[in-house]
Amino acid sequence: MSDSYAIDVRSLNKRFGDKHVVKNVSLQVRRGEIFGFLGPNGSGKTTTIRMMCGLLTPDAGSGTCLGYDILRDSVQIKRRVGYMTQRFSFWEDLTIRENLDFVARMYGLGDRRKRVNGALEDLGLAARANQLAGTLSGGWKQRLALAACLLHDPELLLLDEPTAGVDPAARRDFWEELHLLSARGIAVLVSTHYMDEAERCHKLAYVFDGNLLAQGAAPEVVASQGLSTWQVYGENLVGLSEALKNASGVDQTVLFGTRLHVSGKDGAALERTLAQTAGSAAFRIEKTETGLEDVFIYLMKQASGKTGGAP
Amino acid sequence: MKTSNGFSLSRWWSMVLKEFLQLRRDRLTFGMIIGIPIAQLVLFGFAINNDPRHLATAVISADHSEFTRSFVAAMESSEYFDIVGTLPDEEAGRSALASGNVQFVVNIPAGFTGRLLRGERPALLIEADATDPAATGMALAAAGQLARTVAAKDMTGTLSFLAGGQDPFEVRVHRLYNPEGITRYNIIPGLIGVILCMTMVLMTGLAITRERERGTMENILAMPVSPFEVMTGKLIPYIAIGLIQITIILVAARFLFRVPCAGSIGMVYGAALLFVLANLTVGIAMSSLARNQLQAMQMTLFYFLPNIILSGFMFPFQGMPKWAQAVGNVLPLTYFNRLIRGIFLKDNLFQDLWPNIWPLMVFTLIVMVIALTFYRRTLD
Repeated sequence: MSDSYAIDVRSLNKRFGDKHVVKNVSLQVRRGEIFGFLGPNGSGKTTTIRMMCGLLTPDAGSGTCLGYDILRDSVQIKRRVGYMTQRFSFWEDLTIRENLDFVARMYGLGDRRKRVNGALEDLGLAARANQLAGTLSGGWKQRLALAACLLHDPELLLLDEPTAGVDPAARRDFWEELHLLSARGIAVLVSTHYMDEAERCHKLAYVFDGNLLAQGAAPEVVASQGLSTWQVYGENLVGLSEALKNASGVDQTVLFGTRLHVSGKDGAALERTLAQTAGSAAFRIEKTETGLEDVFIYLMKQASGKTGGAP
Repeated sequence: MKTSNGFSLSRWWSMVLKEFLQLRRDRLTFGMIIGIPIAQLVLFGFAINNDPRHLATAVISADHSEFTRSFVAAMESSEYFDIVGTLPDEEAGRSALASGNVQFVVNIPAGFTGRLLRGERPALLIEADATDPAATGMALAAAGQLARTVAAKDMTGTLSFLAGGQDPFEVRVHRLYNPEGITRYNIIPGLIGVILCMTMVLMTGLAITRERERGTMENILAMPVSPFEVMTGKLIPYIAIGLIQITIILVAARFLFRVPCAGSIGMVYGAALLFVLANLTVGIAMSSLARNQLQAMQMTLFYFLPNIILSGFMFPFQGMPKWAQAVGNVLPLTYFNRLIRGIFLKDNLFQDLWPNIWPLMVFTLIVMVIALTFYRRTLD
């Protein structure tokens, strides 16, 4: 049963000194699934990913990665996992080809020349193979890193904010590539801050302050919080947002440029409040679908309210 | 628009404050600011002695008399010589000198006293290990004076005829290994160690901290590779660099400085390789502790300073106080200096070198264990 999961970890915990960075995180990723890992900076995403690929030893908890025990079989896991670090971590003073050659040798790949040439062709970098990796732009570095991670045909990809600092066109290409990989049965765990990327994932997990707050497909995650959301258009939305903050039925207001999202658990109370406060002709109100972003902001506020910490 | 905006005291002060704040956070730099002057003061002020005394001396005495005893006692009371024992014959004396156990061997020939009493001006032989001319020069000068001192003190009464005029006996000094007392012969082989010590520790230290600083270490750690493979794999190029450096120095020593090598070149390389390994492990251990390349450089400096001062490279080892010798005795350069000078100048054999070989091996092993303990395979 557990073999159908690429990642199956239970109650992972990690402390650095007196900082409890990861608290009882359990998550399951199926083979061929793109799993989005979301949460603000410093919420423990990188630490969790590192524990799953054997770079860090959990203080407590257990689990398997591709059927191998994350505590005992880190060598087996490393052979079958492609891990792309948050920061570009290939050698800028080596050429593109030299970087790929190094990786290929590290994994003891047969037919090294053919594989590296293949990867260079796929990348579209064959003509620039002898260029130093350090001279590549951000988007190309990211593509090189992905190609290097894929060189040993991993069954699972762990991508730590792969698209940070990459332009929208390159991001779109990158995600198309991820979907092709997932169609080939490769599981992908990808951490991101972008909502559009979150919506491209088959499943999501949201962590905040080391706690996993929600997990599931995007609609499930949205539904799980039972929020009703209205969208308000008009002038002075900032003033309206302030006025609504502590009104009955209003759990949160989020300003998206020209529209204000107002959400609450108690839909009826929220609707009454809106009719009173924003019922004038100056505002246009319409019911809308609760979005992922509304839910994530809500989850974060709930959690920081509980722990007393600032978001 | 103004092209220049005059000097602002508050801006200037904010710069000064920022600099102090950063300095306070950087513990190692702070440690250097305090530590380096203290270390230098202690080392140069107390440890270095260019007029070394209490040098180990052995006596071969084929003639036991009041005079010979008196002479040996006078040697001791000159403070230059510490009589550490007696040896049966000249061969034992040579081997004690070769191994570096003693600096001097005093050889009193048979019938010395008889010839002395007959006024025949017999000769007494002092064989000196003159590898380091600075270490033995003063003591030998003092020994020359002893004949006269002993004569004035002991040869009174009926023997007073011996005390007048010429010295009653002759102190013949035989400088071994470096008979002309050429400083270069001592310094150039020693430089091999100093150069290797500096570059090997620095280069490995930087090589590993660089990987960590740039984040590439995380990438390596995520691959199925063992710490042993990473470490040794990273070291091989530096061993090769070490061998190139040795070769450059050896060629320069031979053709530029005309320093003869009494021993075999193979042994020179063997000893150097051992020393390179010792320093590479130090480099790894430091890089495991240093957080960035700057810290690795600072640590190298900390390591280099005592090595160069306390190893006997610059200043005579025997001249240092006991505590400084004790510190010197844990530094690999101390042993390498003895090895390389032993091979270069004394044509030492393996058994003479062994007492300086095993400490290097033990050092390497201990530091290797420390390095592997601190080298984090996982990132925590």
